[in-house]
Amino acid sequence: MTAVTRPRVGRGPLYAARIGWERGRFEIREFFRQRESVVFTLLFPVILLLFFTQVVNYKIDGGISFAQYFVPAILAVGLFGAAFQTLAIQISTEREKGFLKRLEGTPMPPSAYFIGKIIMVFEVVILETIILLGVSAAMGKVKIPIDGGKWLTWLWVTLLGVAASAVFGMAFSSVARSAKAAPAVVTPVALVLQFISGVFFVFTTAPEWLQLTASMFPLRWIAQGYRSVFLPDSFAQQETVHSWEHGKIAIVLGIWTVVGILVTLRTFRWRSDRDS
Amino acid sequence: MTDEPAIHVRGLRKTYGAQVAVEGLDLDVARGECFALLGPNGAGKTTTVEILEGYRPRTGGEVSVLGVDPAKPNRDWRGQVGIVLQGTGEFETVSVREVVRHFATFYPAPRDPDEVIEAVGLTAKANSRAGKLSGGQRRRLDVALGIVGRPELLFLDEPTTGFDPEARQEFWELIHQLADEGTTILLTTHYLYEAEALANRVGVIAAGRMLEVATPATLGGRDEAATVVSWDGPAGREMLSTDTPTAEVLKLGERFGGEVPGLTVSRPTLEEIYLNMIHKAEVTG
Repeated sequence: MTAVTRPRVGRGPLYAARIGWERGRFEIREFFRQRESVVFTLLFPVILLLFFTQVVNYKIDGGISFAQYFVPAILAVGLFGAAFQTLAIQISTEREKGFLKRLEGTPMPPSAYFIGKIIMVFEVVILETIILLGVSAAMGKVKIPIDGGKWLTWLWVTLLGVAASAVFGMAFSSVARSAKAAPAVVTPVALVLQFISGVFFVFTTAPEWLQLTASMFPLRWIAQGYRSVFLPDSFAQQETVHSWEHGKIAIVLGIWTVVGILVTLRTFRWRSDRDS
Repeated sequence: MTDEPAIHVRGLRKTYGAQVAVEGLDLDVARGECFALLGPNGAGKTTTVEILEGYRPRTGGEVSVLGVDPAKPNRDWRGQVGIVLQGTGEFETVSVREVVRHFATFYPAPRDPDEVIEAVGLTAKANSRAGKLSGGQRRRLDVALGIVGRPELLFLDEPTTGFDPEARQEFWELIHQLADEGTTILLTTHYLYEAEALANRVGVIAAGRMLEVATPATLGGRDEAATVVSWDGPAGREMLSTDTPTAEVLKLGERFGGEVPGLTVSRPTLEEIYLNMIHKAEVTG
């Protein structure tokens, strides 16, 4: 036989990013063709907004309408749901169905899988945001910021928030022992975090120990970051330390991202238990 | 390419706790060969294949697949190995063409996705959603994903389960074509006639051990086994066992003065030989 040079697979972060982009496109395509999940994921924040602004009308200090206070909170919930909940459940399903095993058998760089997931989540979060803000603006109850600096804040809070919540979801996907158990394990965590992170009431009205607990998780900081975008700066007086604490938000979300990546690298499994 | 075999296994051992799944298994598959692993459920076929595919760690023994120890798989190696696992079917809303094109992007020198779809007979379904395919069609999509990377070595774990006879025939043609192109193939199957149609050599595994490796024609002394000649005699069906079937048939022809009614001449089928081997292994094992 003649000597053949075997083609070598692509290497390096640029190649992984390119294949991750392919994965992301594929994931987005799969996601948007599941009509139920699209409608539910994208409209859930709107339903929350409409429902709560009809039923609840807390008086919020500083002359802010409840709708205005609630919009950043729902955006934070939407982000956390799309990143943490969706990924934790979806990845354990893909593991159980053998899709991860199939990917493991290809030369795809493993990082491309995670990059693809984050691209998908980011796309969902952006669409959620556009729809929610569109509806809020149409209702006339919510002022959308026009200041470029506010949107810059929105961008980095979103990027870091997606990264921190997504890696939390990836790491958490291994906690559920089966795809069937995944929603039961994941949903309560998300619900409790929503409740204690100042989504449904003004955070500073919660008891201190609850505030401290919430402060250890990303959702509280994403919500606070979004408040700094959608509420007037005067409202910062009502935050825990009378400031938006942008530096602290960035640090906490950054730590979550790094620790989440390390935990995922150490614990991620491409196959289910019965398959080793 | 080198002369070293595509797959080289010596003394492979795999235990799960106290349970021994594979014990002292040897196997050599030459480059370009199509090798079929036969054996009852639980004999250790899938365990062995998944060790070779780089999925499972082994407990002991020496294993080399395309010159690489599959316990330490690398991405270049993954690019040369195609894998068709048992029963998957995890795609729902994406089309056949989209899935095959997507997987092609993982490989350095992939086959043309449309040609692959054609080769597995899914051209008419290329734009259909994968979730709407029949069981046999999903299996063909699995095969398409296994070969789109142009592998040197292809693992097929029970590839034709759920195929109708026509689909199986087409699938065999595809395997012959891949073999003609020089692809080394290791397949497991429950269908003895499939092994006979496809494989250059077959290996029979029972209770984690390799009982015998031979060509389909010679397995279990099949080529030397007595031939059975049978016919409709005046008093009903008659038969005899012989090592000289031609002479017996000629004698019968003289006796009947022409055509022998209901004449059959048969050697034991691969299936009979195989069942006999498995049975003996169970008795002595």
